[in-house]
Amino acid sequence: MAEKIEWRSARLRSVRDLTPDIRLFEIEPSGDFVVPTPGSHINVTVQIGGRADARSYSIVGPCTDGLYRIAVKLLGDSRGGSAYMWSLAPGANLTISTPGNHFFLSRGRPEYILLAGGIGITPIYTMALALAETGADFRLLYSCRRRQDLALADELQERIGARLHEFVDEEGGRVDVQAEIARLAPGGELYVCGPIGLLEAAKRVWQESGRPVDQLRFETFGNSGRFASQPFAVKIPRLGKVVEVPQNQTMLDALEAAGVGMIYDCRRGECGLCALHILEVDGIVDHRDVFFSDEEKAENRKLCTCVSRVAGGSITIDTADRAA
Amino acid sequence: MTDAKAFPLNAWYTAAWSHEVQHELAARTVCGHDVVLYRRSDGEVTALEDACWHRLLPLSMGRLEGDQVVCGYHGLVFNAAGRCTYMPAQKTINPSACVRAYPIAERHRLVWIWPGDPALADPSTIPDFHWNDGTEWVGEGGTFYSLKCDYRLVIDNLMDLTHETYVHAGSIGDEAITSTPFDVTHTDRTATVTRWMTNIEPPPFWAKQLGRPGEHVDRWQIIYFQAPSTIIGDVGVAVTGTGAPQGDRSQGVNGAFLAAITPETDTSCHYFWNFVRTFRKDDEQLTRDINKAHVNEGKGVYDQDHVVLEAQQKAIDKNPRLPFYNLNIDAGALWARKLIDGMLAREQGQPAQASNQVPNQAAE
Repeated sequence: MAEKIEWRSARLRSVRDLTPDIRLFEIEPSGDFVVPTPGSHINVTVQIGGRADARSYSIVGPCTDGLYRIAVKLLGDSRGGSAYMWSLAPGANLTISTPGNHFFLSRGRPEYILLAGGIGITPIYTMALALAETGADFRLLYSCRRRQDLALADELQERIGARLHEFVDEEGGRVDVQAEIARLAPGGELYVCGPIGLLEAAKRVWQESGRPVDQLRFETFGNSGRFASQPFAVKIPRLGKVVEVPQNQTMLDALEAAGVGMIYDCRRGECGLCALHILEVDGIVDHRDVFFSDEEKAENRKLCTCVSRVAGGSITIDTADRAA
Repeated sequence: MTDAKAFPLNAWYTAAWSHEVQHELAARTVCGHDVVLYRRSDGEVTALEDACWHRLLPLSMGRLEGDQVVCGYHGLVFNAAGRCTYMPAQKTINPSACVRAYPIAERHRLVWIWPGDPALADPSTIPDFHWNDGTEWVGEGGTFYSLKCDYRLVIDNLMDLTHETYVHAGSIGDEAITSTPFDVTHTDRTATVTRWMTNIEPPPFWAKQLGRPGEHVDRWQIIYFQAPSTIIGDVGVAVTGTGAPQGDRSQGVNGAFLAAITPETDTSCHYFWNFVRTFRKDDEQLTRDINKAHVNEGKGVYDQDHVVLEAQQKAIDKNPRLPFYNLNIDAGALWARKLIDGMLAREQGQPAQASNQVPNQAAE
């Protein structure tokens, strides 16, 4: 959808820990308040190693009081955005964007399944409250590794009651995605936000069910893979370069920093513009994008450099540069 | 930064006559939103944002394939929910690719669109426009698309019929209108102007419809506004002394002018109009004649209004800071504007302000 995004100064009003590693931030923007729709995010300028960068965070709740709420999970192996956010104290000045929405909630569907994994609860929480308000038929399937990770579960329990189903990994809880999709009403929609494994499972089952592809909606953070983030080396024979990608940087950023000309747009593994050809891999390519199909990922001919990584080794690639 | 908005978005507005929307793409602008309209094979109407997600080319320049729209530039396909279902040269579809799908409902022979928050779109709040159903009342009607004036100028026009005396002299205009007091009442969503002119000579149009030469009549104009922008004007004459003011209109003729006015931009609108009647309902020639009396290549009564309204907007554009001054006759229009301002304030979560004192500030 055509949306105009504007940057504004803002102030951090308060913080509150929802779980040991998920913190809620209440942000008061300057200027006119743009009311977000369910599924929206705001961009926040973060400082990492003295450089400004932007991160997108889903908006938590309907924000009818003129404050944006976001929840940030502190990630040990992240690129530094979450660590920066966690370093902020109330009163801190921020630069944020007006809300954008890449995960739009359709109205008037006969039934909905909302499927959240971990911190993926943030847009799903807002959707659940919005659906409950209009009396829509839905259920929220919320999976987490440990019980203490279930952020916003108490609020959800209070607001949507029995529509909430919790699945805690270490207690043996598993979402039976196949059974859930099988009993979804015709024309019903599935909204997924969570780690790539959960998303890929949902996509596979959805496809097998023969349901229309446009009725599966998902959003990914582009930073979760099958493997933990590790440093790896990128060899580019054409340019005679070897670029080290540190654990807390994307391959795209590392290539750009090394002077490799790159094009990109979404930076979350959706558009495919930053994809490069793979010549050789030592290790495993951890495809974290949603641009390539399962078959294409299995072929391992290209990878989306904005999100995908290599686990345990190095990769040899080619770029589009023909000047050399 | 906070420019006053001219129209609420959380409201139903008329986008087209039902019969106009076929299985083909039609572009329209409603409240500043460019939409593409089409009728699906199941008979329902779809309204999508008229800009491809990819490069913003109007989708109305593409084509329909079944019930999906194919962009005329790179072939992206969007279904009736606005979801992209095809992207060229890739195996997957970008999950965020979609265009906005607007809530649509058909009622009273019109297609209504909700340009605001879709979560609030409740078809039971579509204005009561049953006069246009074509059953109890008959009439043909029409539309001024892209009339070059703020939609509120049309509301001003219809909520105060003293202008008939000057703009429509010779048809429905009459000195009695200017000399007869009127009454204005309101609820939180409606305003009603009631004027009874008793024991007068009927103006030419009504004398002809009544067909009782020499008789004096009681003439009524009961104008009913529903915020933000529909108006029904219950009008007619009955032979004086037969009890019309008390409720018995059997010795008279009754018509109603209908207006559903849709903001196109801040300074233009689509004006869907009709003139319906309960007398000689089977007389198709009369239906055509009445339509012609309203719009007839510049000579109809609405053509006369059209000229005034566009000239008025031009003058406002040239003098954006000049206030309007209001007269006693504007009471109906001011109540209508106050109700619109209330909707705007509720939509923006602010207390209503008395902005109706300077109605043309929105032209800035």
